[in-house]
Amino acid sequence: MTFLSALIRRLAWSILLIFAVLVLNFLLIHMAPGDPADVIAGEMGGATQEMLDDIRKSYGLDKPLHVQLWVYLSRAVQGDLGNSFFYNSSVLDLILSRIGPTLLLVITSLLFALVIGTALGVIAARKPNGYLSYFVTIVSIVGYAAPIFWTGLMLVILFASVIPLFPISGMYDIRTEGGMFVRGMDVAHHLVLPAFTLAIVYLAQYSRLTRASMLEILGSDYIRTARAKGVSEFKIYSKHALRNAILPIVTIAGLQFGSVISGAVLVETVFSWPGLGTLAFESILARDYPTILGILFFSAVLVIIANIITDMTYRLVDPRVGAPK
Amino acid sequence: MSDITTTELVAESPLSEAWAVFRRSGLALFGLGLLLLIIIVSVVGPFIYVVDPFDIIWAPFTEPGVEAIVPLGTDQLGRDILAGLIYGGNATLLVGVSAALITVIIGISIGAMAGFYGGLADNILMRVTEFFQVLPPLLFAMVLVTLFSPSLPIVAIAIGVVSWPATARLARAEFIRIRNLEYVNAARSIGSKNSRIIWRVILPNALPPLIVSSTLSVGIAILFEAGLSFLGLSDPNVMSWGLMIGSGREYILDAWWVVTLPGAMIFLTVLSVSLVGDGLNDAFNPKLRER
Repeated sequence: MTFLSALIRRLAWSILLIFAVLVLNFLLIHMAPGDPADVIAGEMGGATQEMLDDIRKSYGLDKPLHVQLWVYLSRAVQGDLGNSFFYNSSVLDLILSRIGPTLLLVITSLLFALVIGTALGVIAARKPNGYLSYFVTIVSIVGYAAPIFWTGLMLVILFASVIPLFPISGMYDIRTEGGMFVRGMDVAHHLVLPAFTLAIVYLAQYSRLTRASMLEILGSDYIRTARAKGVSEFKIYSKHALRNAILPIVTIAGLQFGSVISGAVLVETVFSWPGLGTLAFESILARDYPTILGILFFSAVLVIIANIITDMTYRLVDPRVGAPK
Repeated sequence: MSDITTTELVAESPLSEAWAVFRRSGLALFGLGLLLLIIIVSVVGPFIYVVDPFDIIWAPFTEPGVEAIVPLGTDQLGRDILAGLIYGGNATLLVGVSAALITVIIGISIGAMAGFYGGLADNILMRVTEFFQVLPPLLFAMVLVTLFSPSLPIVAIAIGVVSWPATARLARAEFIRIRNLEYVNAARSIGSKNSRIIWRVILPNALPPLIVSSTLSVGIAILFEAGLSFLGLSDPNVMSWGLMIGSGREYILDAWWVVTLPGAMIFLTVLSVSLVGDGLNDAFNPKLRER
């Protein structure tokens, strides 16, 4: 299969998946206890009769279910994910205004976790029984077992009172004045704690994985051959071993996008980071169903895009995948 | 006669063999002990320390170790933290274990069908699995709990519904590995029905990795439950560790203990579960056992 035909197949399947998510949203609205019109209005029992009648008419709620599904899908395809009465705005606008900060947070954390995680793993693999190996083991245990929002709160306590180095809430300081660079630095300054908190979980996994796969690769024949040829240790690690060790980790990082977004919801709530996560939290408190369903849909789309990118990168980097037999 | 009985070989069951390996790992034993301790405190504690965790019994924000009546201090409303820690474990453990059970039941059923039958069934089931993996698990669970009700059973079902795909993939891989082995063909040749081959012939042999992953599912489910109750998506009338953190988080800068202590309980519980899981992994892994 060539790269292009693989990409086309992948895209077609992705579009099907996106429709499936929309159908799921539709089913959820109808399976929830109570009147679907109430769910769409987002105000349990609080919407006026006029509003409900209007919704019933525009969503065709008096028609058979398959017609309703059709109405729902065609509205969604046109970008109409409903309106949020709580925010008094269309759900699409609301989500688009919050998606940037979430992407910034998620991508920074993943990159940080990848770079530091693999570095730690490689160093630990040099001495499987050294102190750093134990450190990696401990970090991975803590990263797995500590609830992410709790880790965040502990960092808030630490940096609010003990060492006030980084801001503990929000994305920027409204008092900051200056050009793009100053503002950018301000955002970066605010990004440190949330990104680090989110990264800990994945840093732990990646360092452990890298250590394990490096240990396996360092014991293989071609590394022994390289050593016998007199290749320097540095080159063996960086060119021969790490290249092969890092492939599965990049794949895992790409496939974990959904779980990273889940973690971001909690981290954003802790640090009042103005992204999709805080929006989800606020809309749940307000029982704003159109918004929360819209966020579920959009984050699923993000995961689908991340999966496509991972899949295609893998095909480009690893010649064995998709090679003609 | 007595000579014969003394030279008889004692057949060791796979379980006792695994236990022998498990026992050798200090960390695994520590995890098991810690887990048992937490379970005992959560189950027996409420009968010994009879204080309603929702009752206001002392001045708000009493520091730990200051008043003997509230040894671990009080929260923003003056509720006993120690009582919260003891009573809160019940909901967390109950939801964690039942959610993991749901995860494992859905995951193994789907994985077994896909792996055993292969072909079209496998294709369809794996596409369904992929669909569920596209939805960010916590967000999906949040939606389910918000739309239905924030009660303990709904929370457990929601966590189970969002976390089964990983188990399904593992079960499928194991079933594909085992389905063409000689003993499965032998069972087929004597006319065993498919259902018998799946549940009585293949499943017992696929269990070791599935038991390990189920143990880890318990840890993940506990973290999930904690996250949902932290966000206010749990039964507000049942005390849980996540609920304590969620309601106390606005006051962390005045009262560190209100969030730190319940979080530490979650951490220790998940830690103990994962240490047990690691121990089981070593115990069931024949490659490691030979060392």
